[in-house]
Amino acid sequence: MSTQLTPKRSIFEAPAIGQMSMATKIVLYTLLLIWTAFVLFPIYWLIITSFKDAADVNQGPFFLPFVDFQPSLHAWKELFVTDYEDTLRAYFNSIIISLSATGLSVLIGSMAAYALSRVAYAPNLITILFFIFLLAMTGVSIGIYGVDWRLAAAVAVALFFFLARAVGNLYQFRLHNGDILFWIISQRILAPIVVVVPIYMMFQTVRLLDTHIAIIITYAVVNMPIVVWLMYDFFNSIPRDLEESAQLDGATMIGTFREIVLPLSRTGLAATTLLVMILSWNEYLLALFLSTTKAQTMPILVAAMNAGERGILWWSMSVAIIVMIIPVVALAIVLQKYISKGLLVGAVKG
Amino acid sequence: MNEWLDKHMGRLFLAPAVTLILVFSIFPLVASLIMAFARIRFSAGGFKVRFVGWRNFEKQFFGSEQFHLIGTFTQISLLGWIFGLSVTAALLWWIWGYVRRHFTWFGFVGRLITLAMGLGITWLFAGTLLSGNLFGTIGTTLFYVLVGCAIQFVIGTALAYACSKNIRGKTAFRVIFFVPMMITPIGVGYIFRMMADTTKGPFSNVWQWVGLGDFSWAADPWAARIFIVIADSWQWIPFVFIMMLAAFESVSRDLTEAAELDGAGPWQSFREITWPHVLPIAATVMLIRAIEAFKIVDLPNIMTSGGPGIATESVSLQAYYAWRALDLGSASAIAYILLFVTVVICVSFFNLVVLARVRKQP
Repeated sequence: MSTQLTPKRSIFEAPAIGQMSMATKIVLYTLLLIWTAFVLFPIYWLIITSFKDAADVNQGPFFLPFVDFQPSLHAWKELFVTDYEDTLRAYFNSIIISLSATGLSVLIGSMAAYALSRVAYAPNLITILFFIFLLAMTGVSIGIYGVDWRLAAAVAVALFFFLARAVGNLYQFRLHNGDILFWIISQRILAPIVVVVPIYMMFQTVRLLDTHIAIIITYAVVNMPIVVWLMYDFFNSIPRDLEESAQLDGATMIGTFREIVLPLSRTGLAATTLLVMILSWNEYLLALFLSTTKAQTMPILVAAMNAGERGILWWSMSVAIIVMIIPVVALAIVLQKYISKGLLVGAVKG
Repeated sequence: MNEWLDKHMGRLFLAPAVTLILVFSIFPLVASLIMAFARIRFSAGGFKVRFVGWRNFEKQFFGSEQFHLIGTFTQISLLGWIFGLSVTAALLWWIWGYVRRHFTWFGFVGRLITLAMGLGITWLFAGTLLSGNLFGTIGTTLFYVLVGCAIQFVIGTALAYACSKNIRGKTAFRVIFFVPMMITPIGVGYIFRMMADTTKGPFSNVWQWVGLGDFSWAADPWAARIFIVIADSWQWIPFVFIMMLAAFESVSRDLTEAAELDGAGPWQSFREITWPHVLPIAATVMLIRAIEAFKIVDLPNIMTSGGPGIATESVSLQAYYAWRALDLGSASAIAYILLFVTVVICVSFFNLVVLARVRKQP
C-alpha cells in the first residue's frame, strides 16, 4: 500500500503482477510437453500398429512408417472387408445402444433433477419400504417358485394400491428432496458386479437377453445418478424469474421445462451427454453379461480378439480400438467448449 | 384429465427415474442379497435355490477361499505388530477424542463402523503384507484405489494448475489431455500391454540396455500391479485434470493478484488463497474417483487375467470369475463384501473429510 512503484526494471526484478518469470515458464512448458508425449505416444503406437504386418510387430520395435517398415492396410481390410459383418454389426450395436441409453438417461435424469430442484416432495418412507418389500417378494416368487411373471406383477400392483395407504398411516417418516437426491446419487457407489447377476436373470425371465433393449435400459439406469447429480446443480444455478412468469401466463410444468429450462441449460446438457456417452460407449462388464452375439458391442468385439489360436492379433485390435475412439473424440472436440463449463457448475458447487 | 395431469406433474417428472432405479438397481440389490445366502444350481429349464445361511460368507473369510479374498495368514511379524498396534492406538485415540468432545449416538455408531473397518484393514495389512505373506483381492483392490487415486490426484492437480496459468496453447493441451479418458478401458489395457512388452514393445531397447530384456511384467506380482495402476492412471488423470482445471479457473484472479500486490509470493498466494478455495472440490473429485476405482475390473481382466496367481485380481474380478464358475452364491457374497467395504470407506471419507469442511464454514 505505502510502497511506490519504482520505474527501474532489470532482468533480476520480479515479474509484473499476473506474469510469470522465465524460469517458471520453462519448467511449466517442459512439464506440459512431457505429459503431452506421455499421452500421445501410446496413441501414436496404436495407430502405427494398425498399419503393420505380423512380421513388423513380431520382429521388434519399428517406429516410423515408410522408414522402418512398409505400412499396409491388411488389418483394416480384414476388419472392414473380410469380417465386415461382425465389425459393422458390433459398431452399429454400439452406436444404437449408446445413443439410446444416453438419450433415455439424460431425458429421464434431467426431468428428475428438475423436479427435485423445483418441487417439494415429502414421501413417506414406510410406504416406500412396503413397495420395495412387494417388489422383492414378486421377484422371489417369479425367480425361485416359478410363478408366471404377469400374474405376480398384477398381484403385486393390486396389493400395493389396496394396502399402500393403510401401511403408510402406521407410522409417518417423511423424506425430503435432499434425501431423495442423495439416494439417487448414492446408486453410483453400486459396483455393477453386485447387481448384474439378478439383472441377467430378470432379462432371462422376460426373454430379453442379448437384445438392445436390455443393454439400453441397464446403461440408462447405471448412468442416471451422474445425470441427476450434474443437472441438479445446473438447474439450481438457473434463475427462476422466467419460469415463474411463464407459469403466471398459464404454462404447464412440462411446457416450461421444454420451452424455457432445457434451452437455457444447453451447456450442462452437453457436458452431461458427453460424459454419459463416453461411459456407455466404453462399458464392458455389463455388456459381457447381457449380450452374446446379436447385441454384441464394440468393447466385447475388441476383447474377443484375444481368443484366437494365433494369439493376440495386435494389428486387428489396433484397428478396432482406433475405430472406437474416432467418434468419441470427434464428439468431444465438437463439445469441447462445453465440457469444462458444464462440469464446472456441478464440480464447483460439489 | 388435464387438471389431474397438472396436479401430479411433479410426481410424474420424478416417477420414471425412481421406478427405473427401483426395478433395475434396488430390486437386483435385494435379489443379490438373497442369493448371497443361497446355493443356486442350474438344472434343465431353470434353477434350484437352497438356502445355506452364512456359509458363502464363511467360506470367503475363514474357509477355503480365505487366501483368495483377504490373504494368507501365518504369524504376524514384529513389523506387523508395531504397525498394527500403533494404528490401533491412533484410531482408539481418535474415537476417544470424539466421545469426550461432542457425543451423539448417531455419530458414535457411525464412527464405530468406520473404526471397525479401519482396524480390519490395518490388521489385514499387518498380517499379510508386513508379515511377508500374500494378500488377497481386497488388498489388491485397496492398493489400486489408494495408490491409483494418490498418483492421479497429484499429477492431475499439477497439470490442472499449470494449465490454469496464463499460457499459450491452453485449448490444445486441454483437448490432448482429455483424450485418454475417451478410450475404452479394454483398449487401454491392450495398448499398455503393447507398451510394456519388453521384447517387441517400443521401449524394448531401453529394457535391453538396462538389462531387463527378459523381464516379464506380467510374471512379477508387484510389477504387474504397478503396471495396472499406471494404465489406470493414464486413463483417469484426465478426469481429475478437467475437474481441477475447472476448480482452479473458478478462483477469482482479482484475489490472487491483490495478494501479490500486497507482497505475497506465488507460493504464499497459492497456499493461502487458491488451495483453500479448491480443496472442497478436490475432496469431492477424489471421492468420485475412489468410488469408480473400487469397481476396477476391465484392466486386470485384460492385462493379466488376474495373474500371476491372484496377484492382480480385484474383488470385482473375483466375483466375475466365481460367476463364470457358476458359483452364484459366492459371486453375490463377494460382490456384497465389496459393496460393504466401498460404502463404509466412501461414506466415512464423505462424512469426515468432505462434510467436515462444510461444517467448519460459518
